[in-house]
Amino acid sequence: MEHIRTTKVEQVKLLDRFSTSNKSLTGTLYLTATHLLFIDSHQKETWILHHHIALVEKLALTTSGCPLVIQCKNFRIVHFIVPRERDCHDIYNSLLQLSKQAKYEDLYAFSYNPKQNDSERLRGWQLVDLTEEYKRMGLPNSNWQLSDANRDYKICETYPRELYVPRIASKPIIVGSSKFRSKGRFPVLSYYHQNKEAAICRCSQPLSGFSARCLEDEHLLQAISKANPANRYMYVMDTRPRHRMQSWWATQKDIGRIILNAMANRAAGKGYENEDNYSNIRFQFVGIENIHVMRSSLQKLLEVSGSRGLSVSDFYSGLEGAGWLRHIKAVTDAAIFLAKVLIEKDWISFGHKYSDRCGHLDGDPKEVSPVFTQFLECVWHLTEQFPQAFEFNEAFLLQIHEHIHSCQFGNFIGNCQKEREELKLKEKTYSLWPFLLHDQKKYFNPLYSSTSQKLAVLEPNTVSFNFKFWRNMYHQFDRTLHPRQSVFNIIMNMNEQNKQLQKDVKDLESQIKQHKNKQTDGVLTKELLNSVRPESPALKTSLCLKEQTLLPVKDALRTVEGSSPADNRYSEYADEFSKAEPAVVSSEYGVARMTC
Amino acid sequence: MEFSELIRTGQAQAELLRGPEMPPLRGTLCVTGHHLLLSPGPQATPDLWLLLLRSVDSIEKRVAGDAGTITLRCKDLRVLQLDIEGVEATLDIARSIEALSSLESVITSFPFFYRPKGLRLGESWHFHPPERYYKRVARETRAWRLSEANEDFSLCPSYPRAVIVPRTVDDDALARSARFRQGGRFPVLSYYHAPSGTVLLRSSQPLTGPQKRRCAEDEELLQAVLAGARPGARGFIVDTRSAQAAKQARMTGGGTEAKSAYPGWKRLHRPLERGRPLQESFVHLVEACGDLEQSMDRWLSRLDGCHWLSHVKAALSTACLAAQGMEWEGACILVHGAEGTDSTLLVTSLAQLILDPLSRTMAGFQELIEREWIQAGHPFQLRCAHSAFSHTRPKHEAPIFLLFLDCVWQLGRQFPLSLEFGEGMLLALFDHSYASPFGTFLCNSEKERCLCEVRTRTHSLWSGLNQPKEQRKLRNPLYAPNPLAIWPSVEPQSLRLWQGLFLRWTHPPEPSEVAWEKVWQIATDQEKTEGSQPTDSASEPQP
Repeated sequence: MEHIRTTKVEQVKLLDRFSTSNKSLTGTLYLTATHLLFIDSHQKETWILHHHIALVEKLALTTSGCPLVIQCKNFRIVHFIVPRERDCHDIYNSLLQLSKQAKYEDLYAFSYNPKQNDSERLRGWQLVDLTEEYKRMGLPNSNWQLSDANRDYKICETYPRELYVPRIASKPIIVGSSKFRSKGRFPVLSYYHQNKEAAICRCSQPLSGFSARCLEDEHLLQAISKANPANRYMYVMDTRPRHRMQSWWATQKDIGRIILNAMANRAAGKGYENEDNYSNIRFQFVGIENIHVMRSSLQKLLEVSGSRGLSVSDFYSGLEGAGWLRHIKAVTDAAIFLAKVLIEKDWISFGHKYSDRCGHLDGDPKEVSPVFTQFLECVWHLTEQFPQAFEFNEAFLLQIHEHIHSCQFGNFIGNCQKEREELKLKEKTYSLWPFLLHDQKKYFNPLYSSTSQKLAVLEPNTVSFNFKFWRNMYHQFDRTLHPRQSVFNIIMNMNEQNKQLQKDVKDLESQIKQHKNKQTDGVLTKELLNSVRPESPALKTSLCLKEQTLLPVKDALRTVEGSSPADNRYSEYADEFSKAEPAVVSSEYGVARMTC
Repeated sequence: MEFSELIRTGQAQAELLRGPEMPPLRGTLCVTGHHLLLSPGPQATPDLWLLLLRSVDSIEKRVAGDAGTITLRCKDLRVLQLDIEGVEATLDIARSIEALSSLESVITSFPFFYRPKGLRLGESWHFHPPERYYKRVARETRAWRLSEANEDFSLCPSYPRAVIVPRTVDDDALARSARFRQGGRFPVLSYYHAPSGTVLLRSSQPLTGPQKRRCAEDEELLQAVLAGARPGARGFIVDTRSAQAAKQARMTGGGTEAKSAYPGWKRLHRPLERGRPLQESFVHLVEACGDLEQSMDRWLSRLDGCHWLSHVKAALSTACLAAQGMEWEGACILVHGAEGTDSTLLVTSLAQLILDPLSRTMAGFQELIEREWIQAGHPFQLRCAHSAFSHTRPKHEAPIFLLFLDCVWQLGRQFPLSLEFGEGMLLALFDHSYASPFGTFLCNSEKERCLCEVRTRTHSLWSGLNQPKEQRKLRNPLYAPNPLAIWPSVEPQSLRLWQGLFLRWTHPPEPSEVAWEKVWQIATDQEKTEGSQPTDSASEPQP
């Protein structure tokens, strides 16, 4: 690749971010077309994907070398010291180029080849099928139908081809409404709750000023209201904070009914629906700040949690100052969460501007925002509150977050369905889901209970105590901060063992039965005895097998797993015992030594 | 004294509200000498609700019309509301509860009347005698001996009868050293760390005073400690006060060891909060946890403002320092503050949990609390007289023991497989330290317990907790013995508010309880299937 000048630098030091005693690992740094790789003297590998790099900084030269600080989008921060300034400069320049690709075609997903054939690749893309998803919700039905209005992306570029709208809404009404809405995002169905015959729809803000009206738009909302005969009112939820609007303030906080989610989080003040013109409709504003506020909030959070020798007081006043948890609470307050989380449908097909928001390409930094990170964090808070309601675990969320930024798979590339089709993602790249599915054992929540009726619709408690700093997200790579033993791992292992043992018990029982049958069947002759005998070793081997399957499991609890970089990062800190010293203790003893 | 004099009214009709998750209870309310009873009638289940009066921390009464309301705030942080028919009855019951819950006499307290079925009096007090541990150390090291110099509590009223001291120091020298230390708490062994051959000691501050007095026997004692460990061993004195505070203590007769007088020993200052500020921190935190309506920002700023987690961090890192000094530096450690009965015990007991795998077992933990808190003279009676709701001005109250439990909880969260006991055990200890039907946490020292005949006239908490039916609540189903030291992370990102305690009543964690039940089920399934394996293979037909 033309950007790479140096491929290998030796005697590079990797500093530990939280150790105050300047502990470091010495090793070799390699630069490849897709990754930056550091191998330390213990042969432990640290892989950093170029697309993950958010910021590269070269600090002032020190006596030991030239410091290079890399901040990643998955919140990893690495601090290298390169002995020669020239090498450091070369790597710095290469990384600057490689981390910000100008074209979609340069993204890793287009060159990533996991040795799958075309049919496997296709099957991977078909794993998540939106039509099936709608079918699960009971659509189409007498009130809702599939519309072909957006077949060629003519009405709205950022919507997918298939859209569900009320049966009585005609095409002219849809077209009219779309002209009235920002970016043509007219109200469409997002989620349908079969049992309550209630729907969640979404759209962008109306484009009008205060006075203008759009009859078609009003018709469409009326049609939506009529498509929900079970409910008298429909609610329009505006996600912008009230101070940005002139505001009608509806205090009813009713969830489970119709909610029109005004997904308009861009520039404020373009307009809102005039309540007088929309009968049977109630408005509600929920204070979710726009992307610029969110971005700086997250930035502040990371600054606080990244500082060394942080006191408890600094940490909490920092958390408060950053306001991140306040935003998380606002989002959760506003949202309805249902037992199943529909990432694919809700976020991908409906045009969350992934590429812009995640900064895949070199573009306007103002368009970058952590909205999806926020969504994952809300889900995490739910998993904390309802440990049995989700089939997946925290590692799954972290892995998804990892791949939003990795550009290794095609799922999160591009800004909308149309752009994704133009990029021919399905032919040129691979889907993430089959890879997650392949490793699904790692992502299962061992406590998941699908039968519990109570968990069908979650009612999260949004009292402030429930919102906590998500350490495993923002300090995923700072091993010293983590619990040294993982409850999840051991429960998962126990579950596995239980299954294996139960299977063994069953096998043995059936063998015993066979024996008994044989014994009662025939007369005990020598031949029979001989025929029984060969089975005894079989029994023994099955027992031995059991021993073997048990052993590695117990071993796994005591060792660090995960040698390959493609492996789930979670396992990297799943080592069980604290061989490493905690940062603060060493600092304490640093002082003790000095006073001696 | 007769309780009947304090009970103004026998009974009244009342309704009890127990928080949002539980249904209200109607019935006949009755005040007895030690309890508040509510009997909803024979058909109802449960047919009796009762509250130990000793656990009432504050009481608030309101009357409106011909009914009244009493709000009881309990020492275990629970808040209960009683709606009572009749103004007179309300006032009488409130006055009775007030009088009975604040009785100070130990020998009329409930443990002296509590006679549960299935437990025999006097049987359980020999669960964890510290002498057993001391004898073992004396045998293993040959540098230490059990001394009976304090047999009649004359050297030190807050030490137990048996103490363990260097073999080369005789009882006369102990007596002199005791006179040189506040409250007579001369340096004694707290823990022997076999892998490094070093010891952890505790004492109170030396009484150097403004003239910088010295005491030859005290100096000899600490010299003997180093000599007994190994030739050329070093020692560290961890003072739990700031250098400034230690210096100021001279004006009131206290002080700290002079460098020149104790060669081989270095002093380190690690200020830990105690007394009034700690109690206030506790009160503020509980206040913040009671407000369900506050905004995110307000909650975070109150959590920060109460400094509770800063105290947790300070306690844990000081304990880590002491533990690290022993295991890695091979040094002996002496811990003391001023009186040596509060933060000193916090540090020595936490250091043992970090280093000693035995103290992380159920029996070992009970033994640790018996030896390092109860027998070591932590004044439970004074410190736990009131909890966070009391309106009376705190005199000696301080939640030092709660801070210890919180630190243990943080250890358990970071090493979820390494402690044999679970959160339930810590909660039970918190509840019983403030109000209990058992005698274990009564009085301030072993001397007082002897005078009150606690051992012969009350039941021990350990015998109550060690009953098989309690085990599921108290144990950690995931425990797997861990032979290594457990070094916790003390970064603020790694410390969490102990929701299970501070939000136990305001915020019922029902889904997590169900999940925990599931964990238990998985763990016991495992034991069952593993256990059933041999019987299956044994039934293999023999040809």
